[in-house]
Amino acid sequence: MSGEVITYREAVRRAIREAIQRDPRVFLMGEDVGRYGGCYAVTKGLLEELGEDRIRDTPLSESAFVGAGIGAAMAGMRPIVEVMTVNFSLLALDQIVNNAATIPHMSGGQFAVPVVIRMATGAGKQLAAQHSHSLEGWYAHVPGLRILAPATIEDARHMLGAALADPNPVLIFEHVMLYNLEGELDPAVSAVDIARARVRRAGRDVTLVSYGGSLGKTLAAAETLAADGIEAEVIDLRVLRPLDMATVEASVARTRRCVIVDEGWRSGSLAAEIGMRLAEGPAFFELDAPLARVCSAEVPIPYAAHMEQAALPQPATIAATARGLVKPA
Amino acid sequence: MNEAEIKALVAEVLGGIAPEADLGTLGDDEDMRLALDLDSMDFLNMVVGLHERTGVDVPEADYPKLFTLAGIVEYFQ
Amino acid sequence: MPSLGADMESAILVEWSVKPGDTLRRGDIIGVVETEKGAIEIEVFEDCVVEELVVAVGTEVKVDGVLARLRGTREAAAPATAPARPAVVPPPAAPPAAAPREPVPRAVPPLPSTRVRASPAARREAKARGIALDGLTGSGVYGAVCLADVARAAAAAPARKPRGGFDPAAMRRAIGNAMSRSKREIPHYYLTQSISLGAALAWLARENESRPVTERLLPAALLLKATALALARVPALNGFFTDGEFVAGKGIHIGWAVSLRGGGLIAPALHDADRLSLTALMAKLRDLVQRARTGGLRSSEMMDPTITVTSLGERSAEAVLPIIYPPQVAVIGFGSVNERPWVDAGRVAPQPVVVATLGADHRVSDGHRGGQLLAEIDHHLQHPEAL
Repeated sequence: MSGEVITYREAVRRAIREAIQRDPRVFLMGEDVGRYGGCYAVTKGLLEELGEDRIRDTPLSESAFVGAGIGAAMAGMRPIVEVMTVNFSLLALDQIVNNAATIPHMSGGQFAVPVVIRMATGAGKQLAAQHSHSLEGWYAHVPGLRILAPATIEDARHMLGAALADPNPVLIFEHVMLYNLEGELDPAVSAVDIARARVRRAGRDVTLVSYGGSLGKTLAAAETLAADGIEAEVIDLRVLRPLDMATVEASVARTRRCVIVDEGWRSGSLAAEIGMRLAEGPAFFELDAPLARVCSAEVPIPYAAHMEQAALPQPATIAATARGLVKPA
Repeated sequence: MNEAEIKALVAEVLGGIAPEADLGTLGDDEDMRLALDLDSMDFLNMVVGLHERTGVDVPEADYPKLFTLAGIVEYFQ
Repeated sequence: MPSLGADMESAILVEWSVKPGDTLRRGDIIGVVETEKGAIEIEVFEDCVVEELVVAVGTEVKVDGVLARLRGTREAAAPATAPARPAVVPPPAAPPAAAPREPVPRAVPPLPSTRVRASPAARREAKARGIALDGLTGSGVYGAVCLADVARAAAAAPARKPRGGFDPAAMRRAIGNAMSRSKREIPHYYLTQSISLGAALAWLARENESRPVTERLLPAALLLKATALALARVPALNGFFTDGEFVAGKGIHIGWAVSLRGGGLIAPALHDADRLSLTALMAKLRDLVQRARTGGLRSSEMMDPTITVTSLGERSAEAVLPIIYPPQVAVIGFGSVNERPWVDAGRVAPQPVVVATLGADHRVSDGHRGGQLLAEIDHHLQHPEAL
């Protein structure tokens, strides 16, 4: 590949910079994105580089500034709204679910809402119960929204461009533990799709479906399983709505076993949705073992480090669950 | 596996395909398809049987190497 | 006693597979009879409960004679004697000791009925291979029967001795009777077609490169699928001539002529050959040939062929003019594949060529129809990727 090695954070920064430089309609708005350089330092230096018309600090009011972003989009701009984390997006839920998602439909197509909303999501930094949610699954429930979960440097770099080109609202979920991830950027790739899942590791014994912050753990579990002679196929969903079930079904039809890894709680989760789609389709008849999933424990995410880690999906749990399907008892 | 083991394995696999064949009279370099009247289905079943016992997946391009006992012995050694 | 062939008059019951009180589903084997064509497993045609086994083992029974009394049921009733169940396996083991928590322990729920616990894939595989799930030990999750268990059972099956091989003299008589009747009653007409297999064999070689040996395709699978698809377009050649008129077959069930070692020929049905993928068709073909040779064929396979296809194989004549097997109305033959000069776009080049022949009943079809069928087969073989 011989590409540059950069962090996920840097990849997102470059994506934002490129989008703003290319299209005068694009600007970024959010809490602490300008003078502070972003809560996760994603936009560090961009205010100085691009100016305060394009990098806009907002008041501490999610409902207001997400609403403003939606309005700007309806008026012909291409805003990138940064909500600090999915936890705070709850204060803008009405804007996102009742306005962004529905206005194109309710206006009979008279208004488009080409807004992109970026949010950090997930747990692992000991930010405790109110600041550690993984609610992308909730958003994936809502028609009218496209939900993205970049898990690689390449997707972090290029999904934003595709999202801005989409005439409908797109939500991008960046897992907090991925910002420091380092990886090589392939210079030959200049764009990615925001429609399909990707097989990140081929295998024949069991399919592991994952996304976002759980992808790395799932790949690590696959390595552990390989030492046991179990070859796991790992799928990175990339897009949580609409789900690319074709890729998942084709894989499960071959491996006949499936484990879905989802950092949300299992009740009413995205994992539940994926499992049901497998069970209600022809893939059901290919199964040689029950469907399985690894999700966060059904508790508010703990503050203490060892308890937080115990509550979240981990490579060992993922591997054990997969092993339980391939070599039961 | 050594030569004797491989020949015993071939005898076992062919036992389910051409039970009346006497491998003792089959020359090492004789084309067994002619000698034992094996058609392409029989030959494929033999290759599958050898695969199931040894784990070796034989690509189609290698089939001619398995037409004789000597060829099979060399391939699986 | 069902009629398992054009000229069958009677058969001997050699084995019962059930006892009174047993519950059977449609397709289950009830017993084995010995015919001139060897031992055939008899299937029941609807869900039922066995009431009485009328005939004793060893008795010769005429076609249409009573073998057993069955009581039809809409759904399976609880059998009088419950078959043995595999032992329930405890939930998966806990993960290695580390900070992460164990997977949610799964209590094994009690079975709500007498159904065997089996994965969907295992259930389908067992049905395709004619293996009963009862009595299989399950090694899957929740103690369910899984694919590996079915594969193990299937691998163990051929070890059983073929029950009752066939008597070559009796089989020769049966073939003679059927063929004589055919020649007497059916006004045959014949058409031949030379078909270039260059595209098909090249595609096959490429396809087989990426297939594991257990899924490799033989050219026979291509010929069969092409014929089946062609018949779907020319249904006038797929069916029976009975009571003076043509009755269309209710599906395309190709009787594949299998030569038996020791001399003998049998043509059991590959059901719904037009609907099978090449992989599935090849697997069924291998299974069918295996069981034809070891004596494990089923009554439906003897009764259902709507047409017969015979292929001469490698070291044989160029073309075959086969005889229709009554009451079918057509028969298709394929000769050996040979390199021949072939003209394409004004140039002559060697191609692997097979001669396909159609023998058909002139009371039901004429050359125009027959020619259509051969043209369709040719067309399909020029587009192997669409098979």
